[in-house]
Amino acid sequence: MPNNPKIIKDGQIIDNEWLIVEDAGSSLPEGKLLVSLEIWEAQKAALIARGNIGVWLKNDQDPASLAGDLQELPIIGIDFPVFMDGRGFSIARLLRDRYSYKGEVRALGHVIRDQLCYLKRCGINAFDLDDDIDIEQAVHSLNDFTDGYQTDASQKVPLFRRRA
Amino acid sequence: MYQYDQYDHQIIRERIAQFRGQTERYLAGDLKAEEFLPLRLQNGLYVQRLAPMLRINVPYGMINSTQLRRLARITRDYDKGYAHVSTRQNFQLNWPDLADVPDILAELAEVEMHATQSSGNCIRNTTSDPFAGIAADEEIDPRPYCEVIRQWSSFHPEFAFLPRKFKIAVTGADHDRVATEVHDIGLRVIQNADDEVGFRVMVGGGLGRTPVIGSVICEFLPEKHLLTYLEAILRVYNLYGRRDNKYKARIKILVKAMGAEAFTEKVEAEWQFLKDTEATLTQEEIDRCKSFFTAPNYDVIDDEPAQARVEHLAGEHVAFQKWITRNLFPHKVSGYAAVVLSLKPTGVAPGDITDRQLDIIADLADKYSLGEARTTHDQNVVLADVKKDDLFALWEEAKAAGFATPNIGTLTDLICCPGGDFCSLANAKSIPIAEAIQRRFDDMDYVYDLGDIDLNISGCMNACGHHHIGSIGVLGVDKKGQEFYQVQLGGRSYENAAIGKVLGPAFSQADVPDVIATILNVFVENRQGDELFVDTYRRVGMAPFKERVYAK
Ligand code: SF4
Repeated sequence: MPNNPKIIKDGQIIDNEWLIVEDAGSSLPEGKLLVSLEIWEAQKAALIARGNIGVWLKNDQDPASLAGDLQELPIIGIDFPVFMDGRGFSIARLLRDRYSYKGEVRALGHVIRDQLCYLKRCGINAFDLDDDIDIEQAVHSLNDFTDGYQTDASQKVPLFRRRA
Repeated sequence: MYQYDQYDHQIIRERIAQFRGQTERYLAGDLKAEEFLPLRLQNGLYVQRLAPMLRINVPYGMINSTQLRRLARITRDYDKGYAHVSTRQNFQLNWPDLADVPDILAELAEVEMHATQSSGNCIRNTTSDPFAGIAADEEIDPRPYCEVIRQWSSFHPEFAFLPRKFKIAVTGADHDRVATEVHDIGLRVIQNADDEVGFRVMVGGGLGRTPVIGSVICEFLPEKHLLTYLEAILRVYNLYGRRDNKYKARIKILVKAMGAEAFTEKVEAEWQFLKDTEATLTQEEIDRCKSFFTAPNYDVIDDEPAQARVEHLAGEHVAFQKWITRNLFPHKVSGYAAVVLSLKPTGVAPGDITDRQLDIIADLADKYSLGEARTTHDQNVVLADVKKDDLFALWEEAKAAGFATPNIGTLTDLICCPGGDFCSLANAKSIPIAEAIQRRFDDMDYVYDLGDIDLNISGCMNACGHHHIGSIGVLGVDKKGQEFYQVQLGGRSYENAAIGKVLGPAFSQADVPDVIATILNVFVENRQGDELFVDTYRRVGMAPFKERVYAK
């Protein structure tokens, strides 16, 4: 998992405050943590009491597992193990569209710059990416398209209802 | 035909700018080959055995004369002066330079064409009936819905990295000329008892390694729900389709594994969240898309005398008589006919067309068919709106240009993928097989007597030549590094589609024409009356064919 010092969020490059935690180990570190679904489910009450916790999902984990917890979570991560695997795109849309999740949705791992514009439309607003990606360059690709035909996480009105 | 507005132009312009940047980064070494791969595929660019191949979409087969002339120019300026019509109604260029592709795409965009998602693990060009809008057996013109799907599927942010490619076909006619039953999604536009328009939705058909006939998952989907329902199917596929093995990644495998019923439940459950959202089609949008496909102002022509004049000329010119028997398709408007220009003369790779011929088709379309043409699933070109009184003049011009081979629907009108001559995935060549068969069966009278036969050739299991649904299918296989050919019988692409069965052990290239000849002899001996090959096969089964072909 990446855990870069800098990430892209809402089109800006900012310091990364969230540490991804893959397995529970003996004890959790200090600070803002993005924990796996397994850790979350095992220690939910304690984690809610601790605060500063987000959860990241593997791309075969159903976001429905978090449906009841969304109020507690300022951030949800989605793992992208390989960039050709598009499941995360649908997971993001489910979080935004079906579960109306308003917090940060962060793509983690192997996404390439050329996918950012689509991921943004799917509702992902932050990116903690594999190190070999130059985020200074990548951030420009967020806006490769100014409009699209379909509805998406932020455009609820399809182009055909807006055509002049 | 559909015409772009400022939004369509803007989206395509932005896409080309994006791809230009990606190509530059790749050529500069700033974008890894494996990361550039899906990006170039989704802009139509393959890297083939000998050179890149660019697949240009012809949305649902519709193309106008301006576009044809532009294609001609592109093949001249950027390629070797010829193009190829694929079994998905698209044009392929075999020799473009990778660095030129953004410029080619820009030239295409000027005439409202693109190569968007013509390859890659995404929603591909939607295919449709080449006789849409003019066929007498058509209930509803599918093209406005194809355009709705084209727009929805283009640059869909959620479905650009699917487990595998995804193909949709739409028909509105009783006779299924687009093989909807072997598509990832096959749609039949229908009208119900209350005169509402909707779709019968079939999912999970496909060819390739595991050929499957699709399952109907919705008997009547009202038209306004088209996009939300497609979205539900695609989402279920994107989330649950297999990604561990590319041969098991098509939606057909998911539908099979879950069972059609469970799959349908999953789609319906997903759809409940999408149904009636803003993404639901509006009547205005349906009407807008329909407005591009209204019937042209046909002349009022009395059919009987027009037909009599055609037949009179046919009486005087045997070749014309053969041509009107094989290469016409009935038009629903009196005094008109649709003409199929054959791209299958012997000695030319099936579906190949030169720049000069593209220009000529443009001229013929302008002169005789309201400026439009269509590409077909069996790799020919249709001029759909020809006055019967123009047929003779058109035939003479088509003949001079090499398009008038009177073989449509016959054995020599075969479907053939590019195969080992071009394609890096091939097990065997396919074009030389096609040519050997055309040369062997050069007696047109014999070929006519056989009636309609689909002979389909693929160079490998990917089945681009649709060998499974040919009456006779030929498949290139690799046997210890040697090119061999397996033969299948009894496939059928139209309604009640069927997957052919393997005849037996494969043959060497040299043996294929003899094997086909033996199969045809068995057919002729067993045939009752004017029975079609597929019907004889259904009646007598594989045994007599097998016995004779493998007799010692
Ligand atoms: S069937 Fe195989 S050989 Fe033929 S074009 Fe497709 S991938 Fe290539």
